[in-house]
Amino acid sequence: MPTDHIQYKSHPGNLTRSVPYKFDAEQLHSEEMIVNLGPQHPSTHGVLRLEVLMEGEIVKDVVPHIGYLHRCFEKHAENLPYNQVIPFVDRLDYVASMNSEHAYAMGVERMLGIEHQIPKRVEYVRVMVAELNRIASHFIAIGTYGMDIGAFTPFFWLMRDREHILRMLEWASGARLLYNYIWIGGLFYDLPIGFEERCQQFITYIRPKLVELDTVLLQNKIFVQRTANVGVLPLDLAINGGVTGPMLRASGLRFDLRRVDGYSVYPELDFDVPIGEGKMGAVGDCWDRTSVRVQEIHESLKILEQCVAKLTGEHKRTRDFDPQALVPKKIRPKAQDLYVRAEIPKGELGFFFRADGRNDIAFRCKCRSCSFVNLSILPEISKGILIADLIAIIGSIDVVMGEVDR
Amino acid sequence: MPAFESILALVQNACTHTPPVVDDNASPKAIVVAAEDLMPVAQQLFASPETYFDMLSCVTGIDNGPAANTMEVAYNLYSIPFHTHLMLKVKVSREKPEVASLSSLWKTASWQEREIFDMYGIHFTGHPDLRRILMPEDWEGHPLRKDYTHQGYYRDIKVAY
Repeated sequence: MPTDHIQYKSHPGNLTRSVPYKFDAEQLHSEEMIVNLGPQHPSTHGVLRLEVLMEGEIVKDVVPHIGYLHRCFEKHAENLPYNQVIPFVDRLDYVASMNSEHAYAMGVERMLGIEHQIPKRVEYVRVMVAELNRIASHFIAIGTYGMDIGAFTPFFWLMRDREHILRMLEWASGARLLYNYIWIGGLFYDLPIGFEERCQQFITYIRPKLVELDTVLLQNKIFVQRTANVGVLPLDLAINGGVTGPMLRASGLRFDLRRVDGYSVYPELDFDVPIGEGKMGAVGDCWDRTSVRVQEIHESLKILEQCVAKLTGEHKRTRDFDPQALVPKKIRPKAQDLYVRAEIPKGELGFFFRADGRNDIAFRCKCRSCSFVNLSILPEISKGILIADLIAIIGSIDVVMGEVDR
Repeated sequence: MPAFESILALVQNACTHTPPVVDDNASPKAIVVAAEDLMPVAQQLFASPETYFDMLSCVTGIDNGPAANTMEVAYNLYSIPFHTHLMLKVKVSREKPEVASLSSLWKTASWQEREIFDMYGIHFTGHPDLRRILMPEDWEGHPLRKDYTHQGYYRDIKVAY
């Protein structure tokens, strides 16, 4: 290629054409202005761009512009065999890949009709790695949220503790974040020897750290004042807006798909579903959302403990156990439409599949991502607030742009 | 908990144009209604105390390709108090795809319909803010259509890599 070849020709029109605004600067009333936040802004958790209509410091309207991280997941999924889509599923919610993989694998297994034949040990391993990943994801959510509104220390503490989880998952799968560990019909490998013991050590290590976190962040006066009564999401609006996960629970509904649908081995496990109680302000405010996430870590630790007990007792490793025994050589579901959903750390992750019965490639694979739907409620709860509170609300939604844009 | 038959009866009552068809080959079970009937059916399912579908989980656009010459929109409804699922499907022609927007009933439909408009070019009548959401405003074509071919250049940037 000649060196004088310029791929991108600049012309002045590009500057105004490339970023469409919903509001027209010419039409604004006096005192009103448009403030553009993002797509590169530390407190937007990725490439989220917000067009904010302001009057002084009061937010009058917010218009999220998304799509900067669009990687054509659904188009890829229509062009690759089911098992080869799993690495793409990893990249949706890249801080909780195990949970997404679990949901996807469950959907394809349900289409194949092998959902109930999966060995118990495989299911327990899946739940165990998924819960570890859920803790890691909540650590990110809480840590970065604290940093958004000025608490620096908890971020470092949580990143330090998250590192233990990442190393454990790396030990099991070979990758730190994007695992491709849960396969359709089984697992990539069985757990490495000693994993269960290390998991137990981690549980013992992390419990006192969570007490510290509670003192330094949740009970912190500055944190409470920045988050209590801010961004209150009423329950009816949450349900109508399709909001799920910790956001919905913080609004006061005890709704967790692990309990409601009881998929995988969750019915055999004992854990509570924490909800927002409005301890510091109104039910469904930013403090409640953070508090629900912290309580969920405790519940995940409970689940982990039970998984360790099962995996070292009833379903302990045996020499002839093959986690890939049920992995189908050819994945060709019969023609059908299927919607599957599972609880990932951010909420309900759903996959809509259409199989035509003649192909090992999905005819249609739609990903219903929880971050996308949760983000769509942002304009509703951020009218008439201060701009500093807008940052607090975005953080409390816990969006991962990889999942919003897919 | 309402049985599927009673939901179906409710849908049948609400349909004024064409009687609904049950699609057993779907999980959850699906009811296919005509595009003109979608709004009254959805209203009935949303408001009726026997069904109480308070949550719209997922809206999916499907392109059946130029040979079949149809597109579909599938709605996955869920009722939190009754724990019932239902899939509603609408089939429209590929030339002039138009479906009523359900965003006046469920707010969550707003963005999901925008995404389908972006990816398939299905027009949702009555949508308050039907703009593209993932692709740039001036992108040509609708990428998830089966016969989609991308443009050669987007603002002098070569699209193929």
